[in-house]
Amino acid sequence: MSSAKIIGSVLGLVFTVLGVWGGQRLIEQRSSGWLWKALTVVLLVGGSAAGLLISVPPLPIVNESIRNLFFHVPMWFSMIMVLLVSVWYSIQYLRNPSARLDILAHESAKTGIVLGMLGLATGSLWAKFTWGAWWTPDPRLNGAAVAMLIYGAYLVLRGSFRDDQQRARVSAIYNIFAFAAVIPLLFILPRLSGPSLHPGQTGNPGFSQYDLDDTMRKLFYPVVIGWILFAFWLTQVSSRFAFLQFKHDEN
Amino acid sequence: MPFRAGSVVSLRPETKPVPVPLLREITTLLAKDFRLEWRQKSALGGLLLYVGSTVFVCFLSFSLRGGTPPAPAWNALLWVILLFAAINAVAKGFMQESPGQRLYYYTLVRPQAIILAKMLYNALLLVAVALLGLFLYTVFLGNPIQDAPLFLANLLLGAVGFATTLTLVSGIAAKAGGNGATLMAVLGFPVMVPMLLLLIKVSKNALDGLDRSVSHQSLLTLLALNMLVGALSYVLFPYLWRG
Repeated sequence: MSSAKIIGSVLGLVFTVLGVWGGQRLIEQRSSGWLWKALTVVLLVGGSAAGLLISVPPLPIVNESIRNLFFHVPMWFSMIMVLLVSVWYSIQYLRNPSARLDILAHESAKTGIVLGMLGLATGSLWAKFTWGAWWTPDPRLNGAAVAMLIYGAYLVLRGSFRDDQQRARVSAIYNIFAFAAVIPLLFILPRLSGPSLHPGQTGNPGFSQYDLDDTMRKLFYPVVIGWILFAFWLTQVSSRFAFLQFKHDEN
Repeated sequence: MPFRAGSVVSLRPETKPVPVPLLREITTLLAKDFRLEWRQKSALGGLLLYVGSTVFVCFLSFSLRGGTPPAPAWNALLWVILLFAAINAVAKGFMQESPGQRLYYYTLVRPQAIILAKMLYNALLLVAVALLGLFLYTVFLGNPIQDAPLFLANLLLGAVGFATTLTLVSGIAAKAGGNGATLMAVLGFPVMVPMLLLLIKVSKNALDGLDRSVSHQSLLTLLALNMLVGALSYVLFPYLWRG
């Protein structure tokens, strides 16, 4: 393992921890937070436009479809981030139960599902044009499908309770159990199995094999941050709505 | 959770409850589970009949095309049969207990003892079911296994893994009430897919008689996965039990 890789992993870890911590602050924010929301709009709109317009290295097979990198990959990153936030809320719920934490965990998981669906759709399109099929039995694709199944099961589980407290506690347990038992494997299993079509198969998930002149990297990271902020924004709006509904139902 | 003497005014001198060691609680619960199983033989018999009849249906459908299935189909079918048998076997564990019974256990033993005993019991039950299933399966559908020790080790790891994963899931499904077995399948499948992928891969390697070194990493991952799931259940179950 080279030192650059270790530094990359440590930076990734720090970024994830900061993201979860900051994400919770942003989701629970009471003020309007126009500054980061404006930044999100700029990053998302500007990033998407630039992603379609900048010159990309013409590579065999992927060719222009490489622009999907600016859409597909950030969606998965932001999904993982917002699901981590959801699990963290569930852990907090078990330590200190409150309806508020349950709503926050639920809404974060729902945002994660939306982003996962978007990621599946864009990935499927990309696969069709580069690999020739909508779906292939690739370890990473299987992992993505399993992640979606888990959160589908989470919603089904939530639907099968009458008692609110019972629902909150049991679904928090399932959220933690399923996430901790499966999601790490999504990063380990693809590395255990043999060669795969999906990039980023060995070592750090990277696109160095595609990125020849570092221009894509400069756009990629801001777009990732934009999508993650967007995920937090979406969760903030939906959880505010859920809080209002909760208050309305209570009275 | 011991009875809190401080909350009630008592005239008797306060006696401290002697803590029973965790291991004793586990063995007592385990013995209770076995005794219950032995008394209601219908559940055990139903499970064995379930495995037997699925194997026989497979035999009948393959005999239409003359004899045994090809190795990949053999492998896939075996794991499908074991998976469904495991879900059926584990599902009744927590569901057959009434809320009153649960409350009774709650006053007597630690929740950690309950989950560990249940996992151990389910593991033993599933190992027995898996071995019996494999025996029937090889009798009816032929035996293409080339590396039997590896295959058996993988089968045992699989049975134990199913037990550890499904025990907590069955506890969760029992809490939800209603359609317990369906909910358990829905909740359990996604959690079990990584394990199943590894199991099927190793069992394919054993069927083809590949070199052991090919399967080492997968076996280690399976073992680590079993321990991870067991530890998670141990930590999370007390929260589930508290309700």
